[in-house]
Amino acid sequence: MAQTAIPTGTYDDTDHDEDLGDGHHEPRSFITKYIWSQDHKVIAIQYSITAMAVGLIALVLSWLMRMQIGFPGSLPFIDPERYLQFVTMHGMIMVVYLLTALFLGGFGNYLIPLMIGARDMVFPYVNMLSYWVYLLAVLVLVASFFVPGGPTGAGWTLYPPQAILPGTAGRDWGIILMLVSLIIFVVAFTMGGLNYVTTILQARTRGMTMMRLPLTVWGIFVATILGLLAFPALFVSGLMMLLDRVLLTSFFMPTITSLGERLSYGGGSPLLFQHLFWFFGHPEVYIVALPGFGIVSDLISTHARKNIFGYRMMVWALLAIGVLSFVVWAHHMYVSGMNPYFGFFFATTTLIIAVPTALKVYNWVLTLWQADIHFTVPMLFSLAFILTFVSGGMSGLFLGNVVVDVPLSDTYFVVAHFHMVMGVAPVLVIFGAIYHWFPKVTGRMLNDALGKFHFWVTFLGTYAIFFPMHYLGFVGIPRRYHDFEGIAFIPDSARELNAFITVAALVVGAAQLVFLFNMAWSGFRGRPAGSNPWNATTLEWQTPETPPGHGNWGPRQPVVYRWAYDYSVPDAEQDFLPQNYPRPAGDGLNPEAPPEQGGLLR
Amino acid sequence: MAHQGTAGYTAGPSAQAEGWQEIVTDLSADRKAFRNVPWGKAMMWLFLLSDTFVFGCFLTSYMSVRMSNTVAWPNPSEVFALTIGGAHIPLILIAIMTFVLISSSGTMAMAVNFAYRRDRARTAALMLATAALGATFVGMQAFEWTKLISEGVRPWANPFGAAQFGSTFFMITGFHGLHVSAGVIYLSVVALKVARGDYERKGNYQIVEIAGLYWHFVDLVWVFIFAFFYLW
Ligand code: HEM
Ligand SMILES: [Cu+2]
Repeated sequence: MAQTAIPTGTYDDTDHDEDLGDGHHEPRSFITKYIWSQDHKVIAIQYSITAMAVGLIALVLSWLMRMQIGFPGSLPFIDPERYLQFVTMHGMIMVVYLLTALFLGGFGNYLIPLMIGARDMVFPYVNMLSYWVYLLAVLVLVASFFVPGGPTGAGWTLYPPQAILPGTAGRDWGIILMLVSLIIFVVAFTMGGLNYVTTILQARTRGMTMMRLPLTVWGIFVATILGLLAFPALFVSGLMMLLDRVLLTSFFMPTITSLGERLSYGGGSPLLFQHLFWFFGHPEVYIVALPGFGIVSDLISTHARKNIFGYRMMVWALLAIGVLSFVVWAHHMYVSGMNPYFGFFFATTTLIIAVPTALKVYNWVLTLWQADIHFTVPMLFSLAFILTFVSGGMSGLFLGNVVVDVPLSDTYFVVAHFHMVMGVAPVLVIFGAIYHWFPKVTGRMLNDALGKFHFWVTFLGTYAIFFPMHYLGFVGIPRRYHDFEGIAFIPDSARELNAFITVAALVVGAAQLVFLFNMAWSGFRGRPAGSNPWNATTLEWQTPETPPGHGNWGPRQPVVYRWAYDYSVPDAEQDFLPQNYPRPAGDGLNPEAPPEQGGLLR
Repeated sequence: MAHQGTAGYTAGPSAQAEGWQEIVTDLSADRKAFRNVPWGKAMMWLFLLSDTFVFGCFLTSYMSVRMSNTVAWPNPSEVFALTIGGAHIPLILIAIMTFVLISSSGTMAMAVNFAYRRDRARTAALMLATAALGATFVGMQAFEWTKLISEGVRPWANPFGAAQFGSTFFMITGFHGLHVSAGVIYLSVVALKVARGDYERKGNYQIVEIAGLYWHFVDLVWVFIFAFFYLW
């Protein structure tokens, strides 16, 4: 793609006004450059590769589960206990160790400093520690596959009392390793998260106001704050359950008779755990959704060559969703029993969240309206995200109501709902984002034909997998069941549907291998990308080198003059103006306009 | 400082605004949302916010477990009483511990003050005094734990009533004690660096204030633990 040199604003930042940051030295040896690296870009890649590697484990587990459900008994080693262990590990890995780590540790680390014009995170050393502690959490988790009794089979929600009682798979070692791993993960996340938020707040380049941040950064910013406030609840509940399991305290354990024997537990409250868990668990949904929202906004704007519709509204909607996500948690507990007024309160707040969320969807659609849509792979994935998120969100409106949720709870309707909204939708964004930013990370384009193949199989395939599950849920098929033999109310057609879903799941899984191949191959052999293959405005595309070198900007940091969405600008040399493109005198833009729309900063 | 092509760029808010308007201008400025707040201080504030949620969850869980319990909760005034010279004094140890910790906030505040005057000797001395008071607190806590354990209080059971009394006590005071211990180490390290003159080169003593923020937070948390655990 043709690259014309655009005059851009820079400034010399040798007069560093920060002296509390860690000293930052050019890495010298291979080890300090690629292994014990403090460079945010290397850390981002380390996070991403680790997250995708565990994600692969979770994917394989989903194939095994689907084999058992679609073709019961075809893999004889999957007994009921193993099935539940697979469910648990699949769910936990996907939500926490893949999506959270990839969005924040991976994309957050890579994009924040580049998009705000910084040289690195504010505390690179802490940032490096964050990755290594995360790796430790992953290793502890994976170790639970190899201990006697195997990983825990308590379900990803880990509800006590059953999670730590004899009779639950992995009760001896698995549950301990799971809880320890989660606690370590929270520590790792906190070290990274503090860095991301401080960097966005306090280390932007000249001219980069908060209201000129690309929405990707806004999404990651709000999600990280949610994480810093929500993970404490997971930390505390994990620690308390660990004490219940190891020291025989009874925080969550009521008086229990097991196998005719009265256990030493007594007086604890299982409901307390549910409250703590979902105080973390619901915001967690938004921790993986909000970065996706931000990224999609930027992808559609870039690939449709149009400014994002309602930038301010989008920012306020992100903040509103973030605040509201802390007051809806008990909608996961309708069947646990609660005061009807509570049910009313939580149903109401849950439905209110739909308002800012719908607003974002409208704004995406209005951005696309009459735009110059380029059907590139990132754009295809973004469009697929919007569709999937809307269909998953719609079933959420049903589940948010107590009377509808109670019969549907614990059926495949719920499995369908959360896979659409927090499984498939964020994963589609991740794919779109990888196709979009891979050229910056490696300097090479991903293969387009393979990308389109990957897209269509994944997009259509996931609908083939998860849409029929809504029907299975209506029929009443329960989730977390190993097999449905001899259950009278389940019609034969449900079995056929299950076989169909399994075939679709295997096909989708195979398509992911094509994607991995594409990344490996294009990383070395792909078409050279140039510095700005998508003609994008944001700063990461304006670096002097591609991939960006250590310190990102060479000797001079960029200066920002405009928001991130100056696409299809009339009379511009190209059809876009990068954020660091200086404002020519008398450029016709109204200096009184709000700064994010090109007005002057005052 | 050389600028290139900065037409149309005006650095930050120029006019001094007041009140709410000042906050708005600050937040909408470029580079920093909080002017004059260094990175380390901003990060410490964020950490403390997150840590507030940790202790918030601990204390809420404690209250929930205590209120929903069917077994009588031990009377803290009785359990935490000491017999000194024949006199039975309720909560005496806790009162002293609380006094020590709150005094340490005082010495810390003085240390920050001297740091800004770049009085290295006094800053370091006061920080070490703060750390010593903190260490005293941890020592007294160890004494309290030993006493309770010798009376048969365990995380899983105790002779005085509801088992969750011991569980929450050891967990929450233990977690807080770890914070104090970490603070003692942190303060000592910074104090030694101050004494050695490490911060002289740049003349920047922000780190003392940042350490102080952490210390005051740990104190504040103790006030809540004290109120909810010992006075309720
Ligand atoms: C091709 C992709 C996937 C397939 C075929 C798949 C399949 C499954 C299956 C068969 C179950 C167990 C259902 C049951 O017996 O109750 C399950 C549970 C679950 N999945 Fe997935 N899944 C996929 C992707 C994802 C992704 C991307 C996420 C990320 C959020 C995710 C999150 C979960 C969670 C949280 C559970 C619940 C675990 C539990 O009940 O404890 N899955 N999935
Ligand atoms: Cu929820």
